[in-house]
Amino acid sequence: MTLADHLPILPVIIPALAAPVILLVIRRRPWLGVAAALVSCLGLLVCALALMARVSDGSILAYAVGEWPAPFGIVLVADRLAAMMLVLTACLGLIAWLHAVVTGADRKGWHFHALFQFQLMGLNGAFLTGDLFNLFVFFEVLLIASYGLMLHGQGPARLKAGVQYVVVNLVGSSLFLIALGMLYALTGTLNMADMGLRVAAIAPGDQGLLRIAALLLVSVFALKAAVAPLHLWLVRTYAVSAPAVAALFAIMTKVGVYSLIRVVPQVFGDSAGAAAWVPAPYLLPAAMVSAVIGFAGVFTARSLSEQAAYAVIGSTGTLLIAVAGWSADSLGAGLYYLAHSTFAAAALFLVADVVARRRGSFGDSASPGPDFAGRSGVALLFMAAAIAATGLPPLSGFIGKLLILKSVAALPDWGWAWGVILGTTFFGVVGFARVGSAVFWKSAGGGGGGGAPHAPVSRADLAAPIMALTLLAALSAGAGWASAYANAAAVQVLDPAQSARAVLTQGAR
Amino acid sequence: MSYEFLLATAIGVLVAGGIFLALRARTFQVVLGLTLISYAVNLFLFASGRLVVGRPPIWDKSVSAYTDPLPQALVLTAIVITFGMTAFVVILSLRSFLETGSDHVDGDKVPCDAQDGLADRRADDHEDTRA
Repeated sequence: MTLADHLPILPVIIPALAAPVILLVIRRRPWLGVAAALVSCLGLLVCALALMARVSDGSILAYAVGEWPAPFGIVLVADRLAAMMLVLTACLGLIAWLHAVVTGADRKGWHFHALFQFQLMGLNGAFLTGDLFNLFVFFEVLLIASYGLMLHGQGPARLKAGVQYVVVNLVGSSLFLIALGMLYALTGTLNMADMGLRVAAIAPGDQGLLRIAALLLVSVFALKAAVAPLHLWLVRTYAVSAPAVAALFAIMTKVGVYSLIRVVPQVFGDSAGAAAWVPAPYLLPAAMVSAVIGFAGVFTARSLSEQAAYAVIGSTGTLLIAVAGWSADSLGAGLYYLAHSTFAAAALFLVADVVARRRGSFGDSASPGPDFAGRSGVALLFMAAAIAATGLPPLSGFIGKLLILKSVAALPDWGWAWGVILGTTFFGVVGFARVGSAVFWKSAGGGGGGGAPHAPVSRADLAAPIMALTLLAALSAGAGWASAYANAAAVQVLDPAQSARAVLTQGAR
Repeated sequence: MSYEFLLATAIGVLVAGGIFLALRARTFQVVLGLTLISYAVNLFLFASGRLVVGRPPIWDKSVSAYTDPLPQALVLTAIVITFGMTAFVVILSLRSFLETGSDHVDGDKVPCDAQDGLADRRADDHEDTRA
């Protein structure tokens, strides 16, 4: 076996090796730890891109860990969707990491870099695993790392929000385990592909149990995705986290969405009896409600970071409207929008930090503050991020929303979906315009409000938001290729028989 | 009375108690509630391989019937994770209480007097240390 054969496991191995190395050296030689983190982030990006190139021809790589054959051993499955999520994670990880290093946020505690690597490991593992119990394990890995990252820098507000975040996720994990236990008791397997084949053979008397298990599992994913009414934990958590961490967390809600997209067609597809497409009747209304709540929050937010957190909820809602169609077209449009909304949310959090660093005691509150150096440049950045988040041209949000609108037109409830997407876009535009004009146009007058003059901030912290916005522009310029890839990924996800064949034959070699 | 009934009752009681406690306002009760729920979940996972008495989970020459070993492995993983999480959440809520002066989960500042007698108890403690 060559290194290329081990490609699917590298995105899990690299951060798993980097994190202990960083732990060992960070106290003696901090620069060495930072260098190790950089090498790991770059290595992840290279691996993710290589994996994407490998699977872009439509092949599905199944990697049997320890060569144990598939239904019994643990398999990692890399297909188009997984490769896409890995590339997203790697890009976002690099941007968030860069911002943390440039702004010095990583030096507020010893273990930022190690936790960051464990977080990336959990994310990559969750995207790669082909086994439901390992999905739980990687969820826990990424959650445990996220608890640490979220509390990084500490302070009363962060601790208070941290308690809520941890408690909510512990309850979520318990429900996940209950659902897993029921599914294992019913099907006798935890491998997703195998389970997808076996649900068809469940006795009529057990259909009720199957339905309950499926609904429990789906509600856990909905909790992670922060879909209404399970979104209440998100705003406080994201708004008080360190901005670089919040930018990385932009992908955490997408983990929930990814799990829905992965598990529902594969396990609860057409053959699943009482559990067939079990979230379908609830997902569209819930998604529309969260889009409305999210963009209403954008409208009423009191600070830039709170606004960005609400934008995360709103964009996840919009994304799930597309997913709720469960057709190749709408899912493809949704996946394109998923990539876009991840970077857009990260850009918003980073711009909020850039503003907060320049306004001293005013922070990122949505109120007029003192003038600061480079205000027009930062205003342009905020405008670009706001354009991306609301989905105005020329950035990729416009194309994403256009694709979603076009694809959901074929669905029975398309009128509602169109109304919600267009209406929330309008609310988003007004909300961002309100906050932007308060922060960047008005001045609080000379010395008023107690804002002490502070040392000028280096312009290096503009790099990370500019990188995120450049990626959005690239996503917009390469929209043809990106949406073709997203559509191909959607077609592949909706054909569970193909991946079952790949997993159960390749994985069992 | 069958083992199944006994186990199902135990899980039900644990979950009921756990949910009741997890919905309380104070972090200590919430942590206890989460612990109870995690015990129930572990028992539930264990039972997902069906209840089998007197059979080994691993291969042996002299044995012909086995119990399902996989749920036992799953429970082990789940126990390790929930144990770590419980330790973490205890420390976290302690830090949160010490830094914010309130042990309410909803996070809003509650005046010490409103925390039914906590202020009085604190005052007593101070008097004790002085005395």
